[in-house]
Amino acid sequence: MSLDPRVNRLKLGDPGAVIKVEEGENWNVYEVFHQEKRGAHHEHVGCVHAPDPQLALIFAKEQFARRKKCVNLWVVKSADILAFDVEDEDMFANNLEKTYRDASGFKVMEKINKFKQSSKGTTDVK
Amino acid sequence: MYGGGYIFEEPNNRQVREEKVHDEPEKLAAFEDRIARGEKIEPGDWMPAEYRRQLIRLIEQHAHSEIIGALPEGTWITRAPGFKRKLALIAKVQDEIGHGQLLYNAAETLGKTREAMINDLLSGKSKYSNVFNYPAKTWADVTVIGFLIDAAAIVNQVANSKGSYGPYCRALERICYEESFHLKQGHDAFIELATGTPAQREMLQDALNRWWKPIMHFFGPPDKTSQHSEKLMQWKVKMASNDDMRNQFLDMYVPKIWELGLTLPDPLLRKNAETGRWEYSDPDWDEFFRVINGGGPCNEERLQVRKWAEEHGRWVRKALMKPTEKHTLPVA
Repeated sequence: MSLDPRVNRLKLGDPGAVIKVEEGENWNVYEVFHQEKRGAHHEHVGCVHAPDPQLALIFAKEQFARRKKCVNLWVVKSADILAFDVEDEDMFANNLEKTYRDASGFKVMEKINKFKQSSKGTTDVK
Repeated sequence: MYGGGYIFEEPNNRQVREEKVHDEPEKLAAFEDRIARGEKIEPGDWMPAEYRRQLIRLIEQHAHSEIIGALPEGTWITRAPGFKRKLALIAKVQDEIGHGQLLYNAAETLGKTREAMINDLLSGKSKYSNVFNYPAKTWADVTVIGFLIDAAAIVNQVANSKGSYGPYCRALERICYEESFHLKQGHDAFIELATGTPAQREMLQDALNRWWKPIMHFFGPPDKTSQHSEKLMQWKVKMASNDDMRNQFLDMYVPKIWELGLTLPDPLLRKNAETGRWEYSDPDWDEFFRVINGGGPCNEERLQVRKWAEEHGRWVRKALMKPTEKHTLPVA
């Protein structure tokens, strides 16, 4: 007898019985992206197992939106995520000579100050 | 089909990079350097076979524990005292199942399928936390589980969340956030009995007496008997020794029990002021091994209930199955 009346009502099988789950019986994997507030990016939070995208959304809502704020979710099949090979990480190494595409690479104030200090600047601005 | 030989289908063609430790000394050295620097290991990275094997074992058992742990507590949902307690218990049990899902996903990134893990649980090959092989006889048991077992789990999970495997750390971060609610609601229910009528206090003391041994077993056998811990600590799979975690737990929670005028069934339990370590009687490690190997009061019922659920849910899962679809592992 179990302490749980619900378990007693189940008519449990033979303890030695072999129950096996088939490969694929837990469906496929979907990655989940969570949007915390309107206007924010959707951020990757994990994944769910589901037979199709619609159910993946429902499971994602249960799994990732039952507590904290959430206004929207995206799901996408894990197989459809294309990523760089981790061993190619070095291609992201930053070239130090990239000041031409960085705000700090342009010294406007230096030129203005230099101009103001020169005789041309002082006469013109006053 | 599983166990490290799983390869992604296109376009997600991440491959499982794994070689024997002694075959690739340079890769192993680079791997260990990364961990020493505090970097995380991600699913597509090269990793030693033993690291992968131990992580699967660890995360899978953690996942099973969440799922099986919901059973003794679920027993009390229909009989929870009052509406608020019932709502909180339903929410907690739902969280535990959610934690199981997060952890299965993290283990899957290492190459073992969800189905293979469930099969290993049902066949008894894969273990889960020993505490869940004991029954929750009264409502006081539920408060002891919610307060002390969850507290012990948090000590373990906070330590593990600083480990080296990225997907496990990310799952644990979410889990620890939710566990803080579990601990608080458990503490609240525990305190209500502890500060209640003589009958309530007696019921709580009885539950404490029965749960103390399983709680002492929770962090596993003493360090002196534990095998190959050293490599696992270097690889940040195991973050603290069993005895250190047990000591931390006793330090945090024994005073909270004693201050309520409750007692613990161990006359030798005391903190040694000189060493700063807790001393206690041997908590019967023979019983621990007997129970983990199937000899506990609830082992059979727990697995039978899981088998019943798999058997009776099968037609729904099969009706929705897409047999021709290629199956993949989670990305991260």
